[in-house]
Amino acid sequence: MPDWSIDIIITLIKIVVVELVLLTGVAYTVYAERRVSAFIQHRYGPNRVGYQGLLQPLADVFKLIMKEDIVPERANKFVHSLAPAISLFVALSTFAVIPFGDKILIAGKEIKLQIADVNIGVLYILALLSLGVYGITLSGWSSNSKYSLLGGLRSSAQMISYELSMGLAVLGLILINSSFRLDTIVMNQYGWKWNIILQPIGFITFLVASFAETNRTPFDLPEAEQELVGGYHTEYSSTKFALFFMAEYAAVIVSSAIITTLYLGGWQFPYLQTFGLPDMAVSIIQVLTFCGKTAFMVFFFIWVRWTIPRFRYDQLMNIGWKVMLPAALTNLILTAIVITIIKLNS
Amino acid sequence: MNIETIIFLVFGITAVVSAVLMVTRKNPIISAIFLILNFFTVAVIYLLLKAQFIAIIQVLVYMGAIMVLFLFVIMLLNLKENKKPSEYSFKKITAILISILLALLLGTSVYFGFQGKQMNEVAEKIGTAESLGRTLFTTYSFHVLAAGMLLLAAIVGAVMLAKKKFE
Amino acid sequence: MLSDFGQVLIFMIISIGFVAIAVISGKIVGPRFASKGKDSTYECGEDTVGDTWVRFNFRYYVVALIFIIFDVEIVFLFPWAVVFKEMGLLAFIEMTIFLFILIVGFIYAYAKGDLYWDKPQPIVPKLDRQIFKSEI
Repeated sequence: MPDWSIDIIITLIKIVVVELVLLTGVAYTVYAERRVSAFIQHRYGPNRVGYQGLLQPLADVFKLIMKEDIVPERANKFVHSLAPAISLFVALSTFAVIPFGDKILIAGKEIKLQIADVNIGVLYILALLSLGVYGITLSGWSSNSKYSLLGGLRSSAQMISYELSMGLAVLGLILINSSFRLDTIVMNQYGWKWNIILQPIGFITFLVASFAETNRTPFDLPEAEQELVGGYHTEYSSTKFALFFMAEYAAVIVSSAIITTLYLGGWQFPYLQTFGLPDMAVSIIQVLTFCGKTAFMVFFFIWVRWTIPRFRYDQLMNIGWKVMLPAALTNLILTAIVITIIKLNS
Repeated sequence: MNIETIIFLVFGITAVVSAVLMVTRKNPIISAIFLILNFFTVAVIYLLLKAQFIAIIQVLVYMGAIMVLFLFVIMLLNLKENKKPSEYSFKKITAILISILLALLLGTSVYFGFQGKQMNEVAEKIGTAESLGRTLFTTYSFHVLAAGMLLLAAIVGAVMLAKKKFE
Repeated sequence: MLSDFGQVLIFMIISIGFVAIAVISGKIVGPRFASKGKDSTYECGEDTVGDTWVRFNFRYYVVALIFIIFDVEIVFLFPWAVVFKEMGLLAFIEMTIFLFILIVGFIYAYAKGDLYWDKPQPIVPKLDRQIFKSEI
């Protein structure tokens, strides 16, 4: 077998495994959200299907697929079907550049634990996050329902407002690392040199912007139940609703993974190389470290959702433009000044 | 035929088809969706030309920002499906003639300009953000500042536009 | 050998595959019993009045316009940030001027009230008779 075909097979296996893990993760994030919210509200949550309700996600998926798919007759049928597919596709595709481990040696072949080490990884993530707006805007428009349209509009204005502060926060990181490559950014965070310590303002800005980009509480105005029924997915049912649901949780997982990679050291386990473990164990611990950090961030997303109430829309836009944007700009300028001073001294 | 040619053909044909569909659709939102698809295929073609930074900026700015504004404008103006047939056939004929002329001009210049030429060996190095940054902030530093002033003027313009609407 | 973006392309194609499987399985398995009431637009049981696709608040448009301008400015910052460490003091000064222009634009938009969103002004009902006060 020629060498390049082995490469392609390895890539295909990696991709399918990553996508399956991601989709399973989505199912269990929904379960985790229900259990954690129940815990916070002093309830039980789903605990009947399987041990402690662990098979609940499977039951949910089957229920949603078996349901009738209702398309309102006034809706634009084509766009109505297209919108949820765009949402999920964008959320899944973002994961393509995230490194979930260093390298692993299997049968004498070195395999990189990242789908694609793109030269402009950070920009790829920002670009795909900026596409997330379409699924929601188009679903809001195509449903031809007032609730949906208002939800879609709010969501798109909110997402574009917070995208700016996200981009500016990331610029601080690029100043420090001089690279868009996510692999390099993780490599530079060895030991305790995590970017959260070097860039605290940038981290907070990025975190808040991530909440806004994924439309999670306290920024879940697009689906504010009390005023908009279901927001942009009011007119969706069955599989299409399931796609929106999965897209939301996939976005949460991917955002957690991005925050982990950029600010929390990615797969780096502090001083792991000094323990003298075999290579295989080191690789596995690194992957588990990445999963653990991401799981913690997912838990943080859920925790915030059930703790903090929703903003009013004018407050949300004010925070986005008048607090977050100046904060991110300040962070960028401060970083540039500090780097210049260090360079002039050396 | 190597794989790059196949990818180029697939995305090139998609680009042309989506551009035609964008012009011919009656519903403005559907047109906008096909324009988004067109931008995406063009981004892939930039990638095949090893211009990574331009490709990602195409997605980030055109697909992620400008098309959102387009959608807003379409929704804001509440454009309905244009049902009545166009009355000015003179306009149509002129438009078709001008587009044929433009296509001929572009076709000939591309054909004779690039005939028998190969892609530059260092193309991959030139297309990165790093090399762009080096050129932008040494040779073309004045142009960058001029672009900054232009954007300032754009902000002032946007603000004035908004003012007129509210008063 | 696959290039980096070739791998990204395969990843995207497989994602589309997963989405397509979900959509198609829903189409095959799910039942379909159409009825007039079911296919109408949901509005809490009321009949819909008027068209949904109406003109909406102009502010959204202004926000999108200002967003594009800032987005383009950030695009200029990316190539600068990545070569900043090797460029020396000149790049720093140049970008300070560029950022200054950006901040002037931001302050202008801020001062002119384009980033202002109307606060809700709830109308609190007033009672003519002060029943509760007299009872206390």
